[in-house]
Amino acid sequence: MSTQATKTITPLWEVFIRSRNGLAHKHVGSLHAADATLALQAARDVYTRRGEGLSIWVVPSNAITASDPGEKGMMFEPAESKIYRHPTFYEVPDEVGHM
Amino acid sequence: MTTTSIRVAETPLVLYALRRADDALVLGHRLSEWCGHAPALEEDMALANIGLDLLGQARSLYGYAAEVEAAGHNEDDYAFHRDAPQYRNLLVAELPNGDFARTILRQFFYAAFADLYWRAMMASPHSTLAAIAAKSEKETAYHLRHSAEWVIRLGDGTEESHRRAADAVAYLWPYTGEMFEADAAERALIDAGTVLDPASFRDAWDKTVSDILAEATLEKPAAGWMQQGGRSGRHSEHLGHLLAVMQSVPRAIPGASW
Amino acid sequence: MYTQALNARDDAPAIRPAEELEQEARFQARVDAEERIEANDWMPAAYRKTLIRQISQHAHSEIVGMLPEGNWITRAPSLRRKAALLAKVQDECGHGLYLYAAAETLGVTREELTEQLLSGKAKYSSIFNYPTLTWADMGAIGWLVDGAAIMNQIPLCRCSYGPYARAMIRVCKEESFHQRQGYEIMLTLCRGTPEQKAMAQEALNRWWWPCLMMFGPPDASSQHSDQSTRWKIKRFSNDELRQKFVDATVPQADYLGLTLPDPELRFVPDEGGDASKGHWAYGEIDWAEFKQILAGNGPCNRDRLAARNKAHDEGAWVREAAMAYAEKRRSRQAA
Repeated sequence: MSTQATKTITPLWEVFIRSRNGLAHKHVGSLHAADATLALQAARDVYTRRGEGLSIWVVPSNAITASDPGEKGMMFEPAESKIYRHPTFYEVPDEVGHM
Repeated sequence: MTTTSIRVAETPLVLYALRRADDALVLGHRLSEWCGHAPALEEDMALANIGLDLLGQARSLYGYAAEVEAAGHNEDDYAFHRDAPQYRNLLVAELPNGDFARTILRQFFYAAFADLYWRAMMASPHSTLAAIAAKSEKETAYHLRHSAEWVIRLGDGTEESHRRAADAVAYLWPYTGEMFEADAAERALIDAGTVLDPASFRDAWDKTVSDILAEATLEKPAAGWMQQGGRSGRHSEHLGHLLAVMQSVPRAIPGASW
Repeated sequence: MYTQALNARDDAPAIRPAEELEQEARFQARVDAEERIEANDWMPAAYRKTLIRQISQHAHSEIVGMLPEGNWITRAPSLRRKAALLAKVQDECGHGLYLYAAAETLGVTREELTEQLLSGKAKYSSIFNYPTLTWADMGAIGWLVDGAAIMNQIPLCRCSYGPYARAMIRVCKEESFHQRQGYEIMLTLCRGTPEQKAMAQEALNRWWWPCLMMFGPPDASSQHSDQSTRWKIKRFSNDELRQKFVDATVPQADYLGLTLPDPELRFVPDEGGDASKGHWAYGEIDWAEFKQILAGNGPCNRDRLAARNKAHDEGAWVREAAMAYAEKRRSRQAA
């Protein structure tokens, strides 16, 4: 039926938005666009219609390297036992005030 | 069943507001026709956004016209109960969408003007108009960017897109002069400093258009005859059909609330 | 619902390696513990396949769903209604986009899914194969169709697959205005002229039964929902959701002063105790009609697909131009 028309493959981009009060860009989804300019425009049109965004990042999906979830143990558990990295590990007398 | 249309007291300021409101409504309506039919879903979103912006501008301007006219009319009276000869939009707005190239080029030509116009109108001593201008300017800046990026891609894309874009430029060009015209009624407002002379934006518009068309590898047409008439209610054949569709429901049940 | 024709098939081969069985057991344990499964996590092939079908069917429904309501944007009878309807239909496009994005995390491309829809291979919700004949249909659709969709979508916000759940959370946030908009249209019509009220009643008469069919076949005849339930992709049965929908809608219709086109509708109090608590029993659904719609014989099946094919075909040169330009720019920058 429309096999000719579906031949054009438009690249996939991941979209990250930092909201008005946000501190970091959050992944909100993906979209298809031919280049970065169109991707940014599309992200604005698709993902910020309710005032969600103040800053948009678009990244080609194939540029993202993700950790292997099967290696969660190796990648992340060693950090769990190093509790001296957490502020709560250390005791500071109340008289000193907030630190 | 038909209903009689409203009669509008078209004093200069009312006329001014209706002209720009009609531009926005008619153009917004045309863009809304793309909903569900655009070349890509992402573009469906974009065209709908632009359409919604324009509808919003229309509503603000009709609201203002109603205030000035002070005849008890509201935005829907103006939109749904005036006939084609009472509409005051630019001809370029009422032209059928054609293909995506024609729609994009139309948006580009209009936004390139509106962007300059609203930005300058932000400084109008007339506070309501200045406020409307401030909101519209942000929206129109985006419309201009969006359409310009597409003009470039269509002009400098494939042979087919280039041909379609060139056809669109040729078809639309004779309709691009009207936006710079001002008649006696508007001249009075211009002289009073309430509104700006649209002709004063011609050079800047020309530069934007020249730059983008060049980047799009498209030829800018030579100066020639410009179509006019919309501002005084002498429209193309297209507006009648547009309004017949747009106004059909309220006209069928007069006096009803929707 | 939007995925009513879906049957999750447990098509795992008879003999499977011990490692795979172990992985599947761990997978099921995670699902049972309400953990989210993410894109790169191990998942049974059947889970991936079912999800692709369910999510894409949902996405197709949103996109095709733009057409019946899109039919009335140019005829919306007030500027406020015009803007609201355009925004609503635009939201539906957005929902389709979020869902295609979620489906793509499972290893399928938007182009493949689009081809499946346009060729008629993929299904979408039956409801969108009915025509919108009057302005009141906009009210009926917002009130009933979106109302039914919300019933299904809220539990999906807790579905096991992370990207789908997150897409649904986004969808649900946007959906609430849709139903309110529809109901407000109905209210305005019912409080209006006799002609307007008649228009509203007539629209309800046409949309009621198709909306009940949206929830899918009765549980008794539903073959393979168990797997979807175990995998926490489907959280309530068809009949449960359908009953919930009827119970919520009857008082809403009552408030409007409209009559639901079901002479057998009657309140059945719960056993023992409070007589005000119970359910609304409804009449027989014409499942033959539903089967015909699914088989492609509904009033609008062909037109809907034709419209989507036309948009896609006529838009090909635009998509090609964008890619051609991107390629040119890359070459120029490299040079």
